[in-house]
Amino acid sequence: MKEPVHIGTRPSAKSDLQQLLHEVALGDQEAFAAVYDTVAGSVLGVARTVLRDQAQSEEVAQEVLVEVWRTAPRYRPERGTAMNWILTLAHRRAVDRVRSVEAAAARDTKAALLDHQPAYDEVTEQVETRLEQEQVRRCLRTLTEVQRQSVTLAYYRGLTYREVAEALSLPLGTVKTRLRDGLIRLRDCLGVAV
Amino acid sequence: MNTTDLHGLTGAYALHALNDEERAAFERHLTTCDGCELEVAEFTATAGRLALASTVRTRPVMREQVLQRITTVRQASPRTVPLQRMPRGARRGRGLAQWALAASVAAAAALGGTAVWQYERAQDAQNQASQAQRHVEDLAGVLAAPDAKSRSVKVAGGAGTLVVSASRDRAVFVASKMPAPPRGKVYQLWFADGGKMRAAGLMDPDRSSQAVVMQGAVDGASGVGITVEPAGGSKQPTSTPVALLGVPT
Repeated sequence: MKEPVHIGTRPSAKSDLQQLLHEVALGDQEAFAAVYDTVAGSVLGVARTVLRDQAQSEEVAQEVLVEVWRTAPRYRPERGTAMNWILTLAHRRAVDRVRSVEAAAARDTKAALLDHQPAYDEVTEQVETRLEQEQVRRCLRTLTEVQRQSVTLAYYRGLTYREVAEALSLPLGTVKTRLRDGLIRLRDCLGVAV
Repeated sequence: MNTTDLHGLTGAYALHALNDEERAAFERHLTTCDGCELEVAEFTATAGRLALASTVRTRPVMREQVLQRITTVRQASPRTVPLQRMPRGARRGRGLAQWALAASVAAAAALGGTAVWQYERAQDAQNQASQAQRHVEDLAGVLAAPDAKSRSVKVAGGAGTLVVSASRDRAVFVASKMPAPPRGKVYQLWFADGGKMRAAGLMDPDRSSQAVVMQGAVDGASGVGITVEPAGGSKQPTSTPVALLGVPT
């Protein structure tokens, strides 16, 4: 059975999600189910790329989705889109988990850390997602090697910039700068506006 | 870390690539840096696109589980009261509670969602604890005042002691083995001031022995009365006092 996956890249989908979240904030469980259908695939995707482990990713994704229900009354539209609010929460939780003691003990070797491609094998066949993926891949290719490695190790593997510096044997200041100018280039390539 | 260093951390911050200490320092910097805020917002949105690109299919059972779980999770109120805004008096003398709170904050950082909820529960408990703490401090302030004077009386089969400190202008009523009030009723305390009765708080109907810091200043009251009132108390006594005591001088 295939779950529907919608992602919030169309303006209408964004405002729909914001409206839904508003209804969730009022305790509407049906609205929450609609929010779930819109974001669950992306929430799980973020957790999966950072944590790798199927069980842990699902656990974190569930926590995040329950947290969305719980804290919906605290979402502030003026501080960003509903989708970004949820994805930021998801990434933050996944990163917290990967940095927790247990996960750190089981963490991959330095060599494996450099294998930074996200788990695309299970990616949905949904057309919109494929387009999004293509665009992100294309834009990642416009980055310098160091920019791309820094950004993907930090975002997709949940490393701190100190760990990134260590993994790439680069000075701390270099990684800090590459993260920033890498994001600037990505932002412009993806046409991100806030 | 100086301001220039912090300024360059917008990227690392948006990607959650700072440790706790660095993040706290950067967030302090963020409150004073307008340009940073926009850059962080843009970078966060950019990171959101990286997230969308890794969208996967979810198992139907996960949907069922999450929709089931939320039915038992109470939603947060729109606003949170930060810990720092707690009254000063509440911050003293609560070593164990503080330790427990610190531990749950650490757990929240490590575990995320559920733990954050536990942390907020801990904060609720903390607020209750600090109320209790304030009550104890008020109580001790009166009972231990150098000029504290007391008077006892039999009340409805038990005993009551009124302790008054003139310098603090406050009074405490200590009940011992008082019978429970009738169902749906409470004992209410009053300051008697000439012919007038001034409401001075309710006693806990579930406890036969207790110490209550009376509400409001003694302010020259000549006596204290106790009446049985409907739950929630009354503005003026609606029954004959079960006990009356003169304020000890």
